[in-house]
Amino acid sequence: MKKPKSIHTPLDDRVCRGLRAGDRVLLSGEVYTGRDVAHQRLYEAILRCKKIPIPIRGETIFYAAPTPARPGRIIGSMGPTTSSRMDTYTPKLLEMGLKGMIGKGKRSAEVIEAMKKYGAVYFGAIGGVAALMAQCVRRAEIAAYEELGPEAVMRLTVEDLPLVVVNDVQGGDLYEKAQHRFRSIK
Amino acid sequence: MSSLREISCKTIRDTVERLFLEASTDLGRDVLGALKKAASAEKSELGRFALERIIENARVAREESLPLCQDTGMAVVFMEIGQDVHVTGGNLYDAIQEGVRRAYRKGYLRKSLCDPLSRVNTGDNTPAVIHTEVVPGDRIRFMAMPKGGGSENMSSVKMLLPTTGIEGIRKLIVDKVREAGPNPCPPTIVGVGIGGSIEQAALLAKKALLRPLGKRNRRDNRLAKLEAETLKEINKLGIGPQGYGGRNTSLAVHVEMMPCHIASLPVAINIQCHAARHKETVI
Repeated sequence: MKKPKSIHTPLDDRVCRGLRAGDRVLLSGEVYTGRDVAHQRLYEAILRCKKIPIPIRGETIFYAAPTPARPGRIIGSMGPTTSSRMDTYTPKLLEMGLKGMIGKGKRSAEVIEAMKKYGAVYFGAIGGVAALMAQCVRRAEIAAYEELGPEAVMRLTVEDLPLVVVNDVQGGDLYEKAQHRFRSIK
Repeated sequence: MSSLREISCKTIRDTVERLFLEASTDLGRDVLGALKKAASAEKSELGRFALERIIENARVAREESLPLCQDTGMAVVFMEIGQDVHVTGGNLYDAIQEGVRRAYRKGYLRKSLCDPLSRVNTGDNTPAVIHTEVVPGDRIRFMAMPKGGGSENMSSVKMLLPTTGIEGIRKLIVDKVREAGPNPCPPTIVGVGIGGSIEQAALLAKKALLRPLGKRNRRDNRLAKLEAETLKEINKLGIGPQGYGGRNTSLAVHVEMMPCHIASLPVAINIQCHAARHKETVI
């Protein structure tokens, strides 16, 4: 297996263009967490031309809501939630310059098209390895929507977060490619 | 006259608390064994990578008492209560809810329940879903199951035509697993409930998930055969661990069945992610 590439946020066009579906990466830098209600709020604020509480251009969103941190710890257990629930809101965020998304599971055709158009990458994080993944988090703070409790938007600083490129800027799709290769039934 | 055995609400509360704390951090040996077997057999490099991380995560979670997954689930409790039990010192269901509340607070588990419409969090992961069965005897058996939302979302109930038959049921299960693809965190366990009414089928499917891995249906050979054949077919889909490709899409298919109406054939499919957490005890 090829060695993982080390990449840093904010992701630029050059880095995004160099990634292919199936590549393993170790991602470092700042990312924002956000899931269902946070996405809905951001989306509705954008549509109404209101100010939004986090930057989008060049940023990376991790679809995640960690467990509460125990005293003395930076964060609790943390891993991806199912990305497709954010699909309705995502093309708008991509249009605004969102470069990276981290989650698990398939994306809609609309999201994949928008990723190609605006040059963004969708990374898969392994679901259910949250005790291990939390070890990559160096800093964590609430960035917005604190009242959402576990669903609040957090700003995380991560180091060498192990991810796999699922959808690349060219429309490459790891799930399709891998399934096709290992399928032995119609 | 048989005498009643007294069990206090405090004992019930503490038992439920302990079971959820253990379930959230300590993956069952049967699941771990199945994951290790899958990892050694997996041909897909990325699939194997995912399985190795999953196994390593189980070790870290157990050693450091950390939740295996950030989705510490909706608390589902199966209770088999002996008819000769007398619960003392309070209300039985309140004691169970308090046990759940304490486990999620003390264990720093995520509170994942909310009002379905306003989406406002209930704050303490209650109410738990409690399934009660009254059985002979003077003991209570508790099974605690923190159930994740991602795999639950890929589950469904279908009312099939009565004459669909076992082949049609097999096709439905495989189709549902194919549609779910990478979303429910494969390798999954597939619980299937056949028959009963719509809610009974769903309950059978969920209960099927509590059966230890490696044990086939012992009551009905037709179902044991259905389990084996469906699993084989699912693992030819190529989805693999996390959808990264491979031959290990599911670790097991468990089927339970009961009679249904002559007009109906309900089939429920409840998908469980690889973090198949459940603990049980008898008090």
